[in-house]
Amino acid sequence: MARIIGGVGTSHVPAIGAAVDHGKTETDYWKPLFSGYGPARQWMKEKRPDVAIIVFNDHASAFSLELIPTFAIGVADEFKPADEGYGPRKVPNVEGHSGLAWHIAEKAITSDFDLTIANKMPVDHGLTVPLSIMCDQPDVWPCKVIPLCVNVIQYPPPSGRRCLNLGKVIREAVESFDEDLTVAIFGTGGMSHQLQGERAGFVNPAFDKMFLDGLTKNPEALADIPHSEYLEKAGSEGIELVMWMIMRGALGENIQEVHRHYHIPASNTAAGLIILEDM
Amino acid sequence: MTTGRFDIPGTYVFTPEHSKVGYHLNMFCMSLNQEANRDKFRANPSDYLDQFPMTGEQRSAVEARDWLGMLQLGGNIYYTFKLAIFDGLTMQYVGGAMSGITMEEFQQMMINGGRQLGDPHTVREK
Repeated sequence: MARIIGGVGTSHVPAIGAAVDHGKTETDYWKPLFSGYGPARQWMKEKRPDVAIIVFNDHASAFSLELIPTFAIGVADEFKPADEGYGPRKVPNVEGHSGLAWHIAEKAITSDFDLTIANKMPVDHGLTVPLSIMCDQPDVWPCKVIPLCVNVIQYPPPSGRRCLNLGKVIREAVESFDEDLTVAIFGTGGMSHQLQGERAGFVNPAFDKMFLDGLTKNPEALADIPHSEYLEKAGSEGIELVMWMIMRGALGENIQEVHRHYHIPASNTAAGLIILEDM
Repeated sequence: MTTGRFDIPGTYVFTPEHSKVGYHLNMFCMSLNQEANRDKFRANPSDYLDQFPMTGEQRSAVEARDWLGMLQLGGNIYYTFKLAIFDGLTMQYVGGAMSGITMEEFQQMMINGGRQLGDPHTVREK
């Protein structure tokens, strides 16, 4: 049977991807951030998951205001990097795991989580930057990927509670998939940041620490954080952190933190990374 | 349009109200994901903008590259940033422009730990 071997929470800032793509990870600006990614890359190499479920949001790349799915799961065999306005990022195409993705879709929908099913979904920095953070620059990504896209741009996004509960269903789905696979799940986005308005550049390290601590100590309390609190305390784009709750929900009740890294700034944000495993 | 129902200083939450008002402005920005459209917009900005039934105010904000004004008129930062990408600008430039400081000042503010609670634009006016 398939099983979840761990969860990763990580920022997905485009500038982090650009630093990798343009060989700037050793500069004074980027080195403090990338030094904390070393243990995460080591973890990825040692665990070698067959599949990574990557929870991310699309940034006006695959979806526009014409169609705004709250949750969309990619069931295709392949996903291509999106053109976000610069031309597509020069990273490998993302290979899907259609069988497990369809199984998760079926399990979720019959458990009252009405996922949108996507056969064609170009993936933007929200998905490819976490792969670069965890895998550096391979010729081929070392695992298959199931993209799970969450709307966090158009208000209202799903609640933290809804996300935590979706994660629990994803765990049940993975554990009932009749193939011997190891699966990692990434929750991406955040941490505190605000790109827009006069308050642009807002970050909140105290909120971020509370959130990182809460993932192991008290996820149920995190699930009760209302949108208004994310918007005010984590910044308007910090609300992406609800996607980390899906990752958390897919882990067991008793988990341990195996790595944490936090740094300000990565471009306009507070960047965080955490790796969690079941005890 | 004001900061809306959340009333957070300097913050324009992309609520249904903003989305409805800003639809065509944002869809213009979205169109710049396609290289062929970028070429057309570069060749003839006015003709290109004619395809999108924005309000006069929205069109003026686009033409003036009024980054804060676009948000106030229903723009969403992930969409309006497509126009900044088109112009070869970074999020740090746009962040500075929206908050009334230079890109260099914005970058330094982030290096110094970012805009934290109590800093300018984070406190509600009494």
